Amino acid sequence: MTGGNVVVIGNGMVGQRFVDALRARDPQGRWRVTVLAEESRPAYDRVRLSAYFDGADEEDLNLHTPHDGVQLRLGERATGVDRSRRVVTTTSGEHPYDVLVFATGSYPFVPPVPGADLTGVFVYRTLDDLAAIRRYAKDRRTGAVIGGGLLGLEAANALRLLGLTTSVVEFAPRLMPVQVDTAGGAMLRRYVEDLDVACHLGVATTALRPDADGAVAALELADGAVLDADLVVVAAGIRPRDELARAAGLDIGPRGGVLVDAACRSTDERIYAVGECAAVDGTCYGLVAPGYAMAEVVADRLVGGAATFPGADTATKLKLLGVDVASFGDAHGATPGCLDVTWTDPAARVYAKLVLSDDASTLLGGVLVGDASAYPTLRASVGGPLPAAPLALLAGDEAVGATAGALPATAQVCSCNAVTRADIDTAIADGCADVASLKACTRAGTSCGSCVPMLKQLLDAAGVVQSKALCEHFDVSRQELFDIIRVRGIRTFSRLIAEHGRGQGCDICKPVVASILASLGNGHILDGEQASLQDTNDHFLANLQRDGSYSVVPRIPGGEITPEKLIVIGEVARDFNLYTKITGGQRIDLFGARVDQLPQIWRRLVDAGFESGHAYGKALRTVKSCVGSTWCRYGVQDSVGLAVALELRYRGLRAPHKIKSAVSGCARECAEARSKDFGVIATETGWNLYVGGNGGFRPRHADLFATDLSTEALVTLIDRFLMYYIRTADRLQRTAAWIEAMDGGLDHLRAVIVDDSLGLCEELDAAMARHVVSYSDEWRDVLSDADRLRRFTSFVNAPEVPDPSITFVTERGQPIPVGGHPSGAQGRQPVALGLPEVRR
Amino acid sequence: MTAATTLSWVTVCPLDRLDRDRGVAALVAGVQVAIFRTADGLYAIDNLDPVSGAYVLSRGIVGSRGEVPTVASPLHKQVYDLRTGDCLDLPGVSVARHQIRCHNGMVEVRLRQEG
Repeated sequence: MTGGNVVVIGNGMVGQRFVDALRARDPQGRWRVTVLAEESRPAYDRVRLSAYFDGADEEDLNLHTPHDGVQLRLGERATGVDRSRRVVTTTSGEHPYDVLVFATGSYPFVPPVPGADLTGVFVYRTLDDLAAIRRYAKDRRTGAVIGGGLLGLEAANALRLLGLTTSVVEFAPRLMPVQVDTAGGAMLRRYVEDLDVACHLGVATTALRPDADGAVAALELADGAVLDADLVVVAAGIRPRDELARAAGLDIGPRGGVLVDAACRSTDERIYAVGECAAVDGTCYGLVAPGYAMAEVVADRLVGGAATFPGADTATKLKLLGVDVASFGDAHGATPGCLDVTWTDPAARVYAKLVLSDDASTLLGGVLVGDASAYPTLRASVGGPLPAAPLALLAGDEAVGATAGALPATAQVCSCNAVTRADIDTAIADGCADVASLKACTRAGTSCGSCVPMLKQLLDAAGVVQSKALCEHFDVSRQELFDIIRVRGIRTFSRLIAEHGRGQGCDICKPVVASILASLGNGHILDGEQASLQDTNDHFLANLQRDGSYSVVPRIPGGEITPEKLIVIGEVARDFNLYTKITGGQRIDLFGARVDQLPQIWRRLVDAGFESGHAYGKALRTVKSCVGSTWCRYGVQDSVGLAVALELRYRGLRAPHKIKSAVSGCARECAEARSKDFGVIATETGWNLYVGGNGGFRPRHADLFATDLSTEALVTLIDRFLMYYIRTADRLQRTAAWIEAMDGGLDHLRAVIVDDSLGLCEELDAAMARHVVSYSDEWRDVLSDADRLRRFTSFVNAPEVPDPSITFVTERGQPIPVGGHPSGAQGRQPVALGLPEVRR
Repeated sequence: MTAATTLSWVTVCPLDRLDRDRGVAALVAGVQVAIFRTADGLYAIDNLDPVSGAYVLSRGIVGSRGEVPTVASPLHKQVYDLRTGDCLDLPGVSVARHQIRCHNGMVEVRLRQEG
């Protein structure tokens, strides 16, 4: 059977993956899919659930992709399966099936101890659970987590972030007993206790004690200890949700779960099970990667394939409370005769163990705590020869990174998506020449991303040279060019191209060099040779429009403006017949100026106290703000004051691309700070800093970078963030793409500008200090210099003649260019946006 | 577009009014001409960008592609050969070129009608 009705019970991560996989394999839509979801929201990323406490919202975690031919029924819980009629009954009706897929997941196991049902006791499974924990944590002081596994430690961190004094109680003698060994657990404990999370290990919880109101107040432990706890999270493991399958008479695994074969098929050939509710040949898996593999198997089976579950890679790498922990293969050395190689560095707080076969030739598994940088290479090497000497591997040797090229063809590079070295090599041979195309082609690196460095190494190993050349005139990247100019103290393009390039330059490298020279502080951008490097916008300090006219944007810091200044803008617009529009960045754009009008317009604006808004530059644009605590009854900080200060601090700062910012005075976020390169959101006690957001073609929310900062600490971090961006980003790379492309991403960025891992902070701070003191308004400086003013004429031989090609008609009471609507009836040629640009 | 054609040289400006590797626009018998000065000499082409329909080519960035001296349209960056007016990015697109010389320190232009 390769078509009909599929009913999927459950819309968790694996259920969603099954639907995506089936749609990808069944483009003709032979299968109609009905998804029954108990929760009121579509599939979300439960693995990253804790990000909710870092400010991620439902939308950030959303995994749902709408498909044709898929009906998603939210909030409709399945209540029974009638196998004889092949019908699923739900809280609101019936759904006939030809094939039924259980993707019901699991439920949190709550030990049967007295008091487990008290008010204030929570589980940690859904977004609703987390929201309830957050609400309840207000005004509470102490918290406890029952369970010291992966989820328990995440919950402990959440309680800590919510301001509770937190303890963890674990029945096993170490933290994360499934993933790490005794020594690894001991190292992990040191990290956890340093965060003031108390660990009670090897002890059971015997009861939860209520206060006078019946809410939980304390835990009683088997060793007689009593822990204060106003809020308790139970994270003592999960159990498969197999109740519907049991009631329908399907066979169940020895420890629960729908018993399925390697095709993920139950004892009824029309019924499959995937994910945490499935017991494949009797074993349940509590990780998402095996669940994804099962989803792919069933999708393949439904289109006539013969895929089987490949056995699970239970390898795990995560960052818990800031600590890297990884575990892979036979981490506990269960293989008879195996050998352990261990490495402990108490000073650096690193523990590592490799498990080798009895002849020390084959890697079987391992544990890493404190530093998991060797994880991608090691995990992919399980079952094969060691890619380097054990100690070199464990010491996290730089050179080891390059060993991905030594992996055997069968090694699994991406375990989330079951992509092997051979799959990657085939894709490279078929023409994939960079990481992005490998991702698109093979799905490798698209889930957890930990194998991305290996994809780069495999490209290198295959001899694919990823050109960093800026253009035909320079063989180096923008970052390298920046360093050359800075270190050699080069101040002119002609010297730079003579010594480090070839030819005469072009519209790619010249603006890049102009921007670097400006970032390094080389005087006015229109002086001397620099003028010839500027794009037309920077050359006329205004924004070129489609008809050859320019627009003018004075700076209005933080969007705050006096009535007097507003009147001046109105008068200027009226006197020069300029089309006037409010921008998204809380300022005013005046359109339709000829180049010869620009100095006259700016004379009036500068006299009224305005300065350049740099709307024309790859530079700081605006720092938008909400009205903040000054007026708003919800505001908790003065967002306007901070926005004005930030805008004045960073005005005129030239960068690889435009930089936008915003400050919101409370968590309601009216300034939309999270859509900015750097955004600031007020908290009760300070400021949260977000980085790497943008709107535009590919909108992206900024990531939370640091919390509850003082204004001084905030400014220091932004200083370094911007200067590091200016030094190292590619041409026209916004901060979002810059961080995404960075090896190590946000963690690396934090290491560099918070922990000063590269020893750069002093230099970055000094560079920003130089910028701040050397700032001078570009337009004021033009108006005072006859030489700079000279270029502002339409015709060199007729300075008094206005450009006759710039003419206007009136629309809604304002001037617009003749033929201003490209799709209109005026018969003007279409704009070339989207035409191919051929570059050598 | 060549509304007027003349065979005579028209004086435009002193040579030192032109910045190296930058263009200016001139009005020659009613025609907008883009004039460029590079290390190799002077070039003159129509100021009209044929792709956008705006008179902006004089404001583009001057450079080279291989051995070819070029200017890139400031609107959408198509690159033109300053010697021939041919667009190097879009086959079949070109702009009119004009004659230009320096005579007694003065830049002179003579319009040409392209065939």
